[in-house]
Amino acid sequence: MKLNDFISENKSLIGLIILMAAVSFANANFLGIDNMLNILRQTSINAVIAMGMTFVILTAGIDLAVGSILAFAGAICASLIGMDTPLIIALVATIMVGAGLGATSGVIISYFNVQPFIATLVGMTMIRGATLVYTQGRPISTGYFDVAESFYQFGGGYMFGIPNPVILMVVIFALCWFVLSQTRFGRYVYAIGGNENVARLSGINVKKVKILVYALSGALAALAGIILTARLESAQPTAGLGYELDAIAAVVLGGTSLAGGKGRIFGTIIGALIIGVLNNALNIMDVSSYYQMIAKGAVILLAVVVDSRGKSNA
Amino acid sequence: MTTLLELQGIEKSFSGINVLKSVDLTIQAGRVVALAGENGAGKSTLMKIISGIYQRDAGTVIYKGNEVKFTTARQSMDAGIGIIHQELNLLPELSVAENIYLGREPTKLGKIQWDVIERESKKYLAQLKQDIDPKTPLGKLSIAQQQMVEIAKALSLNAEVIIMDEPTDALTDIETAILFEVVDELRAQGKGLVFISHRLGEIFQMCDDIAILRDGEMVHQGPVSEITEDDLIRHMVGRELSDQYPFVPAVPGDVRIEVEKLTAHGAKEVSFTAHAGEVVGFAGLVGAGRTELAKAIFGANPIQSGTVKIDGKEIRLKSPQDGVKAQIGYVTEDRKQEGLVQSQELGANMSLTGLDRFCNALGFVNKASEAVTISEYIEAFAIKTRDANTIISNLSGGNQQKVSIAKSLVPEPKVLILDEPTRGVDVGAKREIYTLINKLKAEGLCILLISSDMPELLGISDRIHVLSSGKLTGSFARAEATQENIMRCAVAGQTNG
Repeated sequence: MKLNDFISENKSLIGLIILMAAVSFANANFLGIDNMLNILRQTSINAVIAMGMTFVILTAGIDLAVGSILAFAGAICASLIGMDTPLIIALVATIMVGAGLGATSGVIISYFNVQPFIATLVGMTMIRGATLVYTQGRPISTGYFDVAESFYQFGGGYMFGIPNPVILMVVIFALCWFVLSQTRFGRYVYAIGGNENVARLSGINVKKVKILVYALSGALAALAGIILTARLESAQPTAGLGYELDAIAAVVLGGTSLAGGKGRIFGTIIGALIIGVLNNALNIMDVSSYYQMIAKGAVILLAVVVDSRGKSNA
Repeated sequence: MTTLLELQGIEKSFSGINVLKSVDLTIQAGRVVALAGENGAGKSTLMKIISGIYQRDAGTVIYKGNEVKFTTARQSMDAGIGIIHQELNLLPELSVAENIYLGREPTKLGKIQWDVIERESKKYLAQLKQDIDPKTPLGKLSIAQQQMVEIAKALSLNAEVIIMDEPTDALTDIETAILFEVVDELRAQGKGLVFISHRLGEIFQMCDDIAILRDGEMVHQGPVSEITEDDLIRHMVGRELSDQYPFVPAVPGDVRIEVEKLTAHGAKEVSFTAHAGEVVGFAGLVGAGRTELAKAIFGANPIQSGTVKIDGKEIRLKSPQDGVKAQIGYVTEDRKQEGLVQSQELGANMSLTGLDRFCNALGFVNKASEAVTISEYIEAFAIKTRDANTIISNLSGGNQQKVSIAKSLVPEPKVLILDEPTRGVDVGAKREIYTLINKLKAEGLCILLISSDMPELLGISDRIHVLSSGKLTGSFARAEATQENIMRCAVAGQTNG
C-alpha cells in the first residue's frame, strides 16, 4: 500500500531512473561524473524556464512567450554588459524586463479576458519581433570590459567543481519549492488552478495572483536568457526558439496537470532531467539529430500515456 | 376520454435518498394536468423519468397501451413525448431554425434542406405569434423569445404528450397569454399536456386536473374545479414540524447588518436588518433572487444601488475580497462549482478563505497553527474523515457541507450567509447542521439563512423574510410565520410576472 503510493506519486522519478539504467547499459561512458555534470548543465536552462512554467500551468494557464522573452532579455543583458554596466544592475534590469513582459501577458489575460494560449502566443510573436528589431538580426557581443569576464561566470564558471548554472538551478528550485508549499501565494496558485470560481468566491484576488505568476515565468525566462548569453558570450536574436515547448514538456513529464491545480516543482526538475538525459544519451550514442526529435516525442508520449492510465485506474 | 400515458408505482432514489415513492399519474388526451409541489418535491425528477433522462427504479410506464422503458431522451421524443425544460436547452450560437431542428434535420442526398427547415420553423413560430426570422442566431433573442423557440421546438415534434416545466417563468404577461391560447388549441387537438408552475393562478386558469407531489409522494389528485387555492397550498406544504428542528430562541444583540434599498442583478430595492445572535431566514421560490441578493451582499455580484452597513459602518463591496474583509462569510449553494476545490485536500480547502490568520507579514504559512485550527473544526463539527489530507470529493455531501461552513468561519466573520446549507445532505447530517447553526447563533454570530426547504426555514429561523421576483414581499416574526403565509408572499407578484 505504502509502496504503491510511493510509486504512483513518483512515476517520473522512477521513469528517470529506468531511463538512466537503460542508457548506462548501452554506453559505458554515460554514468561518468563529467557526463553527469554535463547533463545537469545542459538541463539547467530548460529547468529554470520550466519551473516558472510550472506556476503558470498550475493556474491552468500556459506561457508560450518564454522562448522569446529569453532572447529579448539576453539581448538587453548583452548590451548592458557591453556598455560596462555594473554586473548587479545589468542582472536586475534584465530580470525586471522579463518580469515586466510576463506581467503584461498576465494583465492581458486577467483584465481583458484573453485565453492564456492566445495572449502568450501574441507575446511570443511580438517579443521575438522586438528582439529582431533591437538586434538588427545580428548577435550582440558582450564587449571587452572587465565586467564581461565576471558575467561569463554565470554560464561557464564553476563553484566547488559544480557548474554555476547548475547551482542557480538548485537555488531556484529551493525558492520555488518554498513558495509553492510554504506560502499563501503558493496556496492561491493551486486553488486558482483547482477551480478559479471557488478561488474568487473564497476572497482571493485572482487577477493579482495570475499577473504575479506570469511575471515570475517571465523573470525566470530572463534568468535563463542570462545563463545562455553568459555561456555563448553573446546574445543571439534567434536564441530560445522552441524552448517554450521543451519547458511545457518538462512540466507535463513531471506529472503536473495541464488542467491546473495539481503538480509539484520537484516533478518539473525530474521532467527536465528526463529530457536532458534523453538528449545526452542520443548524442553519445551518435543518433542523428533528426531521429532524436522523433525519439524525444515518443518518450514524452509514452510518459503521458502511462501517467493518464494511472489516473483513470485510481 | 382516452388515456395517453399512465404511470404506476414509480420509485426513484438518488444515492440512497428516496425522491419518488410509488407515484401514480395519468395523462389523458385533451386534458391539461397541473403538477404542483414545493421545490424538491420530485416534479422534475418525475418528468425526467417520463422522458427517459432518468431510469425508474420500479413501477411501470404505459404509453398508448404498451409498457415502455425509454433509456434516452431521443427515444421518448421519437415516440411522441415532448418536454420543454425549465432550463433552456438551446445552443446560442446556432440559428433559431437550426435549434428547432437540431439532430433531426431533414436531408436530401446528405444535404440539409435549409429551405424546409426555415419554412417549417417560421410556421411554428407564427403559431406562437412570434415574428422571428429563423436565421437569427438564438443568442440574439431575449430570454422570453428563447423560451418561445423552445416551445416551437416542442410543437414541431408533433408530440402527443407535451410536458411544460415552468414554461412561463421567463415569459411576460403577453407571451404567457399567447402560450395559453396555444395550450387551448393543443387541448382541442386531443394532445395530453402536463403543466408545471409555481404560479398558482395559472394552474387554476389553465388546467383541468391537478396532481400534487410532496416529498416524493403523490398526496392529491383530482379535477382543478374541486380544489381551492388554500387546499392546494396546504397539500403542497402540509408537513408536521418535529424535533428535526432543534430551535433555541435568540438573544439578539446589536444590529449587525443593515441592507438598504439594495438593487443588484436579480434583487430590487431590498432592505432589511439583522442582529447579532439571530437567524434570519429568506424564503422564496427558485429564481426569486435570494442567491443573487446574498452574492451582492458578499461582493460577488456587482451592486447597482443601495448600501450595506456592518455595525453601522457602510462597506465597499467590489469583490468577494471586500466581503471577506468586512467579515462576511458566504457558504454557497453550489459546493462543487463555487464552494470547495474538489480536487484538493480537506485542510487546504478549509483554510483557503482565512489563510491570513496563519500567515506572517511575508505570506509564509504557519502550518502548525493551521493544522491545529483545522483539526479543531474537524472535531467540533464531527466531520467524518480519515485526516485533513483527504481529497474533498471523497467526502459525503454532508461532510463537505460542514467543511464548507468551517471554511467560512475560519476568518472569524460577524455575518454568516448560508445558502441552501442542507441541500443534498441526508437527514442525520441535516440535524447536525441545525445544531451547529444554533451553536453559532448562541456565540453571537448573525446568520442569514437561505433555504427552499420550508419546514427547515420555519424550524430554525428567528425571523423570516420572503422574496418574490427580486423584491421583499413579506416579513414574519417566528410566531407569525406559517407555511401558508410564506407561500402566499412567495407567489405574490408572480402572476404579474
